[in-house]
Amino acid sequence: MVRSQGGDGAAYGELLRRLNGHLRAYYLRRLGTPADAEDLLQETLIAMHARRATYDPSRPFTAWVHAIARHKLIDHYRRSRRRAEQPLDDADVLFSSQASGAAEAQLDVERLLGQLPERTRRLIRAVKIEGLSTAEAAARHGMSESAVKVSVHRGLKSLGTRVGEEEA
Amino acid sequence: MKTDDLIAALSADLAPVPRRAVGRTLAIGLAAGVTISGALMLMWLGLRPDLMPAMATGMFWMKLAYALSIAALGFVLVDRLARPDDDGGAWRWLIFAPLAVMIAMGLYRYFSAPETARMALVMGDSWRVCARNILLLAAPALVGAFWSLRALAPTRLALAGAAAGTLAGAAGTFVYAFHCTESAAPFVAVWYTLGIGAVSLLGALLGRLLLRW
Repeated sequence: MVRSQGGDGAAYGELLRRLNGHLRAYYLRRLGTPADAEDLLQETLIAMHARRATYDPSRPFTAWVHAIARHKLIDHYRRSRRRAEQPLDDADVLFSSQASGAAEAQLDVERLLGQLPERTRRLIRAVKIEGLSTAEAAARHGMSESAVKVSVHRGLKSLGTRVGEEEA
Repeated sequence: MKTDDLIAALSADLAPVPRRAVGRTLAIGLAAGVTISGALMLMWLGLRPDLMPAMATGMFWMKLAYALSIAALGFVLVDRLARPDDDGGAWRWLIFAPLAVMIAMGLYRYFSAPETARMALVMGDSWRVCARNILLLAAPALVGAFWSLRALAPTRLALAGAAAGTLAGAAGTFVYAFHCTESAAPFVAVWYTLGIGAVSLLGALLGRLLLRW
């Protein structure tokens, strides 16, 4: 978002595509009708776009998105003359609930994986994410099983260190 | 329209966001409003005839300081409430600080005066019109502040409206202080405050209706 505010259209498009899934899940879970959810999703993206100047880079981006998403949801309830029955203080729901939580975790994993060497990254993805056996992964990449194991192990360890650094 | 196309359309030709864009938007709306307020005051009420000698008195500057300090705090508060994820924080309470000071000064002045003179300190010569004039002079500033807020993203509409009202009320008071000849702290503490409070209330009511997005 910070790069988007600098006028980087590519980074902005990427950001919106990532948010897309979160927001769709968020609205789907609350509205039930996919068409409504899609409408609200588009409305939210447009509102975010029109009001992107109100994002303060020193604050968490997720909180900003969530505030807008919730505002649009409440506005939708108001317009459809239904009462907004969920508690209004579920500030973390958008990014911590199961469906979108998994999606968010995936974003983090992808980002972290991006910091690893190409080969290690492919191996980890094959074994840990796609669920291939070590043997299958070894065959696919033309490596010995033990080399795969070592590479995956080192990669994960390195990821662990990076996560630790980010959280510290 | 498919969402992917929408995203492509939104991210094409993305204009950079200027630094302090929220404050800028707010300043533009407010400046336009205050300019109109000032013109209105000059044409309708006129400057106080004794402006020059009055500028040598402390109370003239005290009135301006009262208006300006509320306006400054109000500006920060509106700037924060214009963001969807901000509830204004401590600024919601800090904005009452100038009022507390003014009330303290008013009380001191009131009780240090002889009993027979006290009523005149509160009522002055213009208590009937003071709050009303402030409300009228604040109206253009309120329009300006709302115009700005409509381009921003407040999610607490009544609160944002009230803050914008307080800001506009203080701006109107600032303008009015160049006309008003009252110079007693008790008068200012009561009638100026009532005028600003009326604009805040108006802002809160209108905010719920006009600040939706």
